[in-house]
Amino acid sequence: MYGNSKDDLLKALAARRWRVAGALTVAMLVAYLGFILLVAFNRPLMGHQFMPGLSVGIVLGALTILLAWVLTGVYMLWANRKYDRALDDLRR
Amino acid sequence: MNPSTAGTQLGQPNTTAIFFFLLFVGITLAITWWAARKTKTTSEFFAAGGGISAAQNGFALAGDFMSAASFLGIAGLVATSGFDGLIYSVGWLVGWPVVTFLIAEPLRNLGKYTFADVVAYRLKQTPVRLSAAVGTLTVVVFYLIAQMVGAGNLIRLLFGLSYETAVVIVGAVMILYVLFGGMIATTWVQIVKAVLLLGGATALAGAVLYKFGFSPTALFSEAVNRYGPEALAPGKLVSNPLETISLGVALMFGTAGLPHILMRFYTVPDAKAARTSVFYATGLIGFFYLVTFILGFGASVLVGRQAIVGVDKGGNMAAPMLAEVVGGTGFLGFISAVSFATILAVVAGLTLSGAAALSHDLWSSVVRKGHAPEAEQLKVARISSLLLGILAVILGVLFKNQNVAFMVGLAFAIAASANFPALLLSMLWKNFTTKGAVASMLTGSISAVLLIFLSPTVQVELLGNASAIFPLKNPGIVTIPLSFIVGWVVSLLAPEAEASRRFAEVEHRMHVGAVVKPPVTVPTGVAGTVPPGIPEAPQKV
Repeated sequence: MYGNSKDDLLKALAARRWRVAGALTVAMLVAYLGFILLVAFNRPLMGHQFMPGLSVGIVLGALTILLAWVLTGVYMLWANRKYDRALDDLRR
Repeated sequence: MNPSTAGTQLGQPNTTAIFFFLLFVGITLAITWWAARKTKTTSEFFAAGGGISAAQNGFALAGDFMSAASFLGIAGLVATSGFDGLIYSVGWLVGWPVVTFLIAEPLRNLGKYTFADVVAYRLKQTPVRLSAAVGTLTVVVFYLIAQMVGAGNLIRLLFGLSYETAVVIVGAVMILYVLFGGMIATTWVQIVKAVLLLGGATALAGAVLYKFGFSPTALFSEAVNRYGPEALAPGKLVSNPLETISLGVALMFGTAGLPHILMRFYTVPDAKAARTSVFYATGLIGFFYLVTFILGFGASVLVGRQAIVGVDKGGNMAAPMLAEVVGGTGFLGFISAVSFATILAVVAGLTLSGAAALSHDLWSSVVRKGHAPEAEQLKVARISSLLLGILAVILGVLFKNQNVAFMVGLAFAIAASANFPALLLSMLWKNFTTKGAVASMLTGSISAVLLIFLSPTVQVELLGNASAIFPLKNPGIVTIPLSFIVGWVVSLLAPEAEASRRFAEVEHRMHVGAVVKPPVTVPTGVAGTVPPGIPEAPQKV
């Protein structure tokens, strides 16, 4: 089994992972609810065409989709580089 | 034939469609034959022996998620009402980051075949697995009904086959995949289907954009010319903001509770592959939805809303009709065959996850208390798949001509309320108890089903009553918090010392994987018997 300090380090690392995961989840939730609330309460803005054929709503919708992918990418990069490396150190 | 299909080959027996469909079935059955020879253990049957790579699983996850409903349904919604379709697309996608951040890795490290492995890890096996199986099977059955009825209707429209014939063909081929090839075959069927669907949809969108000088805004402008600026603005879909938010949270957290999606994380070798695979899947699905948006607008401009609604009131035929307009009968045939293949692959994944709940959670853990020999487990797994496959066909025939569109929403609502809260609490909260988990899962299942029964969808649209007792079509905004609160309160009322003592082990394993400890070091007499949900092979240190 682990010595106490190693256990504590692991606990801290685990807590850090949950914090990062939690923050990213909240970011996604805020972006998505923001989009939904704009759709629900500000139709004129969402329907506004700032150039012919492109409305604010379409751009924000596409950006939300893009953001979802970017956030998973950010998490993956963080986890692969920082988290996994720290975990490997602890395993030794 | 139906007079409203005049001017289109839709619904006529189409040689190209039949050729491509037979080609797909031929290739996938060959894969199944190859997979069957590699499927000798339960682990191979349910989790492909953990031998699927991150990229492969990414495509398979995307394949599991991109149902014909999202391809044809969202394209149709965009075609008939413009912008509103995008609201759905965004909702369907944003669940994926949640799966990545909160679920994928802990699930991979803690479980074996089902999400109940994770919830039951430090709790009492029998009650937890029974209630988890209730949630899983309810989700699977409603999702299967929606897919089978959709399959029957679509194939009737696309190929001109009778409804029953279509349902039986889908059921029979799907049973062959699952029964003989298990997860290995199902995964490869998903991969082939995902590539075909993405390729087909992209080619179709390319053909549309080609006509508009590869400028989406030129396409959108043409839609505005025809149908007014409303095409690019939120429409009547969001008449009730609370409704939209409720649907939104159900979609967001439902993805993180869908049994056939969760199960896929057991097919990869480790947590890193699990997280990487969701990154691929999110990208593929997001791209697919953007492409579908183009297809919808393409159809509304090149085919015309009136013609689309004339063939199918729901607008589901927008994408196939668009294929015929831009690429002729050959392209129509190809897209029709891809849609058929899509349904086949999705029902195969659903059936396999239902079979895992029946054989792994109910038979091996509850009935046999973890003492079923390997050969027996595999046999029960196969029998469960067969039974579920037959059930799917029977349900498909029984629900003919019923409006089942709400059932996918229902499946997501149950997944979000019954499975997701218990799963998250079991991973995050030390003082979560057996009673809390059971109460949370049952509350989630029952309240979601009950509120949907009392909702306008069933009371007004189905039963023809003047009003409904519960005002929202989707109950997520009520049932998800309710399920969390019930799990929390019940756990606080009756603490379970053993469960909170073993949380350290859960926490450790959730992050490190099954590294330090030899396979099973659970003190005897704890939580009934040794949890059967623990992978035997520890990772290399």
